[in-house]
Amino acid sequence: MASADSEIRPGTQEAIPQAVKIIVAGGFGAGKTTMVASVSEITPLSTEEVMTEASQGVDDLGGVENKTTTTVALDFGRITINDDIVLYLFGTPGQDRFWFMWDELAEGALGAVVLADTRRLDTCFHAVDYFERRGVPFVVAVNRFEGSTPYEAEEVREALDVPAEVPVLMADARERESAKEVLVRLVTHVIHSRSPALSG
Amino acid sequence: MSIFGEQRGSPLSGAAPAVRSEEGPDPSRGQPPVWHRGRGHPTSEGPSNGVTPGDAPAGPLVRPYTMTKGRTRPGAGGRGLDLITIVVAARDRADRPRDPELQAILTLCRRPISVAEISARLDVPLTVVKVLIGDLVAEGDVRTRAAMPVAQLPEKKVLQAVLDGIRRL
Repeated sequence: MASADSEIRPGTQEAIPQAVKIIVAGGFGAGKTTMVASVSEITPLSTEEVMTEASQGVDDLGGVENKTTTTVALDFGRITINDDIVLYLFGTPGQDRFWFMWDELAEGALGAVVLADTRRLDTCFHAVDYFERRGVPFVVAVNRFEGSTPYEAEEVREALDVPAEVPVLMADARERESAKEVLVRLVTHVIHSRSPALSG
Repeated sequence: MSIFGEQRGSPLSGAAPAVRSEEGPDPSRGQPPVWHRGRGHPTSEGPSNGVTPGDAPAGPLVRPYTMTKGRTRPGAGGRGLDLITIVVAARDRADRPRDPELQAILTLCRRPISVAEISARLDVPLTVVKVLIGDLVAEGDVRTRAAMPVAQLPEKKVLQAVLDGIRRL
């Protein structure tokens, strides 16, 4: 039924919200799902993607043609921004063998958070490489763990060899305010990287 | 014959995802499938608190592609469905009789919901859920809004709204 609301174009029923997504990447146990849980309005959910031999020949699956069945779990949360926009936060599969899922995750993503664990910094190298190569804007959030050496953000930047324009910040994935700050920095970075003239 | 394998005695413990039965039923001569609401799939870091468990048995589940009658890819209606494609039930189509799994999806879609969330809440793999949603699209039972195309960057006003929304959390 047509609505009296002038925002709704004639012929359409009611407006369907648009979904956008942000990727939360990092090594296994870096706190991806913890961070999603800190800001999500729903308890994080997990969905399974089953890749079967029927997936052969799909362009994005280069390198996995010989596999018959692989199951990948993706954890995600949701933030309703307003009536028209819903933001989904997806954690990347932690294991390297699930790389083939990253292209589907990265497609159309606003940007990415790379969660770095300073006890195992090497586990996020490939996430940094991946987003740089794909041109997905990202920030590095150094998750503070009990017992980890307190590094400075700049030391982590150097160790990860990320360019100066990529924000690197300290975070605590368990804290809502901290997780929010990471997302705010990311989206600000995305806005600036899309319009360089305004970034100063 | 039940389409489900032997059930474990304990109700949802949330400890481990059910192992899918290797000995699946023969889909070609099955009785109509019994649909159970999903158990709320535990995340990779453990089960989520507060996810309402459905009535699905904790034991082995029906082989996923039984629901799709063996199809592994969506029909024309489901092409382009993505993790975050938003699906919403068409209001005037609620009363038609359907397969229980399709009805379960439609029930979830009374409010706009993403493909990933349908999959997670019903505990049905994404590939399967995409086939089923494709059927609903083809029948005109649901409407969808696709995620942004690859090449198209989000508009500045969308980004600004996202930023404001996060700040309001």
